[in-house]
Amino acid sequence: MLTEDYVVTIDEIAAAVPDGAKLAIPADYAGVSMAATRALIRRKVKDLHLIGTPTCGLQGELLIGAGCVSKLESSALTLGEYGPAPQFTKAVRDGSINLVDATCPAIHAGLQAAQKGIPFMPLRGIIGSDILGHHPDWKTIQNPFSEEEDPIVAIAAIKPDIALFHAPLADREGNVWVGRKRELINMTHASKHAFVTVDKISETNLFDDETMAAGILPALYVGKICEAPGGSWPLPFWYGGKEDGDHLRTYMQMAQSDEGFSDYLDQYIFAEGTRT
Amino acid sequence: MSLADERKALICLIAELLRGSNHVAVGAASPIPGAAALLAKAVWGSPRFVNILGSVSNNFFTGGGGELFDCAAQGRIDAFFLGGGQIDGGGNINLMGRGEYPHVAPRWPGTFGSAYLYFLIPKVILFREEHSKRTLVEKVDFISAPGTSDEKTYRKGGPYGLLTSKGFFLFDKDRKRFRLESVHPTSSLEDILDNTGFSFDYADTVPQTAPPDPILLAALEQEVQSKVAEVYPNFADSIFANTAENA
Repeated sequence: MLTEDYVVTIDEIAAAVPDGAKLAIPADYAGVSMAATRALIRRKVKDLHLIGTPTCGLQGELLIGAGCVSKLESSALTLGEYGPAPQFTKAVRDGSINLVDATCPAIHAGLQAAQKGIPFMPLRGIIGSDILGHHPDWKTIQNPFSEEEDPIVAIAAIKPDIALFHAPLADREGNVWVGRKRELINMTHASKHAFVTVDKISETNLFDDETMAAGILPALYVGKICEAPGGSWPLPFWYGGKEDGDHLRTYMQMAQSDEGFSDYLDQYIFAEGTRT
Repeated sequence: MSLADERKALICLIAELLRGSNHVAVGAASPIPGAAALLAKAVWGSPRFVNILGSVSNNFFTGGGGELFDCAAQGRIDAFFLGGGQIDGGGNINLMGRGEYPHVAPRWPGTFGSAYLYFLIPKVILFREEHSKRTLVEKVDFISAPGTSDEKTYRKGGPYGLLTSKGFFLFDKDRKRFRLESVHPTSSLEDILDNTGFSFDYADTVPQTAPPDPILLAALEQEVQSKVAEVYPNFADSIFANTAENA
């Protein structure tokens, strides 16, 4: 039997993301694969449908600015303390991307419905928020178990093609350790498969250590893995990496104008010898 | 009173509001509420549990990003904070943007969990430092989360009060309006009336906000400072800088 070779290069990961893919990505604090994001921009991927799980940040901002995104489905796009995301703000103003604005638990619920193979998941709250009327995949229904009038929102299943993220560790057999960042497991279960960059590849099977087992995303769900140490740079990483504040401030300055943003891409993404 | 001192006073005021809670959750980009929750826990051991989104050492959830919302739905979170680019007199908040959706300008990050948590967490404290007619409006341009709901809508939570850099309002759920509770020493009733876009209730004599308890202030500047810096490094630099100079 041939074993599938899980471990590939960053450009192979980018090449395996087709134009028009529905891509689930984590919040900035949960392990964003910025290495794969830069590779996607280099390969000039088009028409991505991003799903912020449940929000996104610099990754969405860069992909939008580089013209790779046609639809953003998220509860927010935020650069946190660094201020309003310049390219996202511009895209909204120009109407150049399609927006599906959600609320965090609804993204989780939609993915959960996909995990379970069911059409929708009901969720409390939301009624009276203006996001309800604008969202194409939510419907208010009557609680079928209540005699009283009890409206509740049905959240349609969200089925991404690919979950893309960065994790601390994987093995050569395709198992990935995500610790307690279980939203990465949930979003992968909902997706066809995960593409993962990792700080390190273990030469032994991760299941050999039972204490790690609860934090493992099993190879069953994993498509491709790439070793990219520090692959969340310049974002923080929950497993030991601090954000690069100086770089983020540099980005904020450069991205205020189209010219500056284009210089940023040239300097930090397209130039020879830039970081993966 | 320097901006750093004003912020420390706000932190102490919020800490008092959290006393007696069991579990307080704080959003990722909320340094003042986050510092207040850490302070209250350090000084009184109450709240017993503080969860700060995006923090590693101040977050004990192991169930993934959805656990916060499941906790809220089950009534396991007592207090939370929301803000908004616009907040109106009915307690409606707008985190989306100014103007007509979707082509708002400016666009703000988005609704986050507000459209859900506002319904489910009993004590939601609205916090917005900027107190102006731009932020405190008659009616929000976009309702990210409504302040109140009709009878048939399942709702266990909602606005408790609104804290700004000028004063503190309590929300009257029956009248669906804010009532000015106290005015900070740097402001006055006239100043608040001039800078608030919505109408609100107030007594003939509105008391001044009490100065922060020296014990709280001391704890903030000593044992809690490093905890705040772990989660909000830039913010910690901004408020504790003068402490370092005076030390």
